[in-house]
Amino acid sequence: MSKYLILIFQDESAAQSAGETVNPAYREFMDRHASALLGGVALESPATGTSIRRDDDGGVSVTDGLFAESKEVVGGYFLIEAADLDAALEIAKDVPAGAGVEVRPVRLAS
Amino acid sequence: MPEGASPKAASAEVAAAVAEAHRREWAFVLAATVRVAGDIDTAEEAVQDAYASALATWGARGIPSNPGAWLTTAARRRALDLLRREATARRALPKLVEPEPPPVDEQADAAAAIPDDRLALIFTCCHPALAVDTQVALTLRLLCGLSTADVARAFLVPEPTMAARITRAKKKIATAGIPYRVPDARELGPRLDGVLSVVHLVYTTGHTAPFGADLMPRDLAERGHELARLLRALLPDDPDVAGLLALVVLTEARRDARVDTAGDLVLMEDQDRSRWNQRGIAEGTTLVREALRARPPGRFALMAAIAAVHDESPSWSATDWGEILGLYDLLAEIWVSPVVRLNRAIALGFAVGPAEALVELDDLAADPRLARYPYLAAARADMLQRLGRSREARLAYEEAIILTDNAAEQDFLRRRLETMDSTS
Repeated sequence: MSKYLILIFQDESAAQSAGETVNPAYREFMDRHASALLGGVALESPATGTSIRRDDDGGVSVTDGLFAESKEVVGGYFLIEAADLDAALEIAKDVPAGAGVEVRPVRLAS
Repeated sequence: MPEGASPKAASAEVAAAVAEAHRREWAFVLAATVRVAGDIDTAEEAVQDAYASALATWGARGIPSNPGAWLTTAARRRALDLLRREATARRALPKLVEPEPPPVDEQADAAAAIPDDRLALIFTCCHPALAVDTQVALTLRLLCGLSTADVARAFLVPEPTMAARITRAKKKIATAGIPYRVPDARELGPRLDGVLSVVHLVYTTGHTAPFGADLMPRDLAERGHELARLLRALLPDDPDVAGLLALVVLTEARRDARVDTAGDLVLMEDQDRSRWNQRGIAEGTTLVREALRARPPGRFALMAAIAAVHDESPSWSATDWGEILGLYDLLAEIWVSPVVRLNRAIALGFAVGPAEALVELDDLAADPRLARYPYLAAARADMLQRLGRSREARLAYEEAIILTDNAAEQDFLRRRLETMDSTS
């Protein structure tokens, strides 16, 4: 079994107007794939993000906003366990995300 | 020295046998070795070593009766050696329990004992998690056994660029866990469609070669043809596979008539139909009938059916354009693509008239996806010429010449333009 991270992308505007309660579609997704789910969170709106960037002098600069400017922003994630990429993609296709998701294998420490 | 001649002749014979086995057995040997090695890179190294040892061993002991089985056994043994060596290197790590590699089946020399894993290899190479260009490159490298240099040449990129792309793809397969298996019945349809697209792309890249001075890099077209035949052998009951093979066979049947003795492109209109391969046409039309049995028929079956109407027509003027237009209508229903609409418009020009086709083509010209597509400009030029609108036709030909990067097609368009100038 391998671990995969499902990054959930949303339109920036949708992410900003996200409600307080868990969307019933997500509730249903989590129930259906409970056995594969290792964890997951929903994030607050992008406007609440803060970025820390390393500069050339070895210092850091702290700025308001997200690391990369983009129309679609990360709105949350699920960490899952699956036999292979096909099994992971089957689960990821069920995520009721606005824009879509990105599936990344989790690197195993050796 | 007469004694020297005989081993030399023998070694030439062995080299030819190894080359032949490379061409015919590479995919089978590699696919069977991946199953044992559990990793494409290790398998490739083992298969390359097996081919190298075949040169020496076959020279000393004679060419085996079943070269594919010999090579598979040798490659699988070598893969296990490589895995054991890796395991030994890892033994320095504390308390790491290495699973015993599976024992080599000494009876595996019998060809029947080796399962055919080529289909699994095809589906791994054509996995949708890989970019289409990468799928084509991996298919040429792993299924067809082309060297990285040859794959790079086919894509017109420098060899190190292609080597890096293939390495990255193999790393993704291993790291992301792209499975090595034939998808189950539920996923098979869409996944097979991806495989067929890749094989079709290999064939058309060789057939039309939208680049360079060579109209037909024959090797790529032949590899595409072989892949279509391999899929047909592995999935004999699939109508879409039959459709793809039909399309390839019916296009190949006209191959010899496509260029004249000077190497210039000849339009189907002007081709010497006695040079069309009747055996290929017979095989292709039988396959088309089988492919069309699917409801609704797939896109390759419909494209093949269109090719079959041309192939069976005794002359250009006798072409059944109504039938072709009807097939394009069906194709446009299942495949929303501006290129399909373009070809349908051309058929409309012959079935109904150039004015009706021009309305369609002008409408298509607004599609940004076709903005740099030379065949749209060429089709407009042809319809305008037939309507007697020479000035506009000339502009459209000039646009088409600028947009195409295929030297043979450029020459063809220039000749059309010159003919216009001399007759107007």
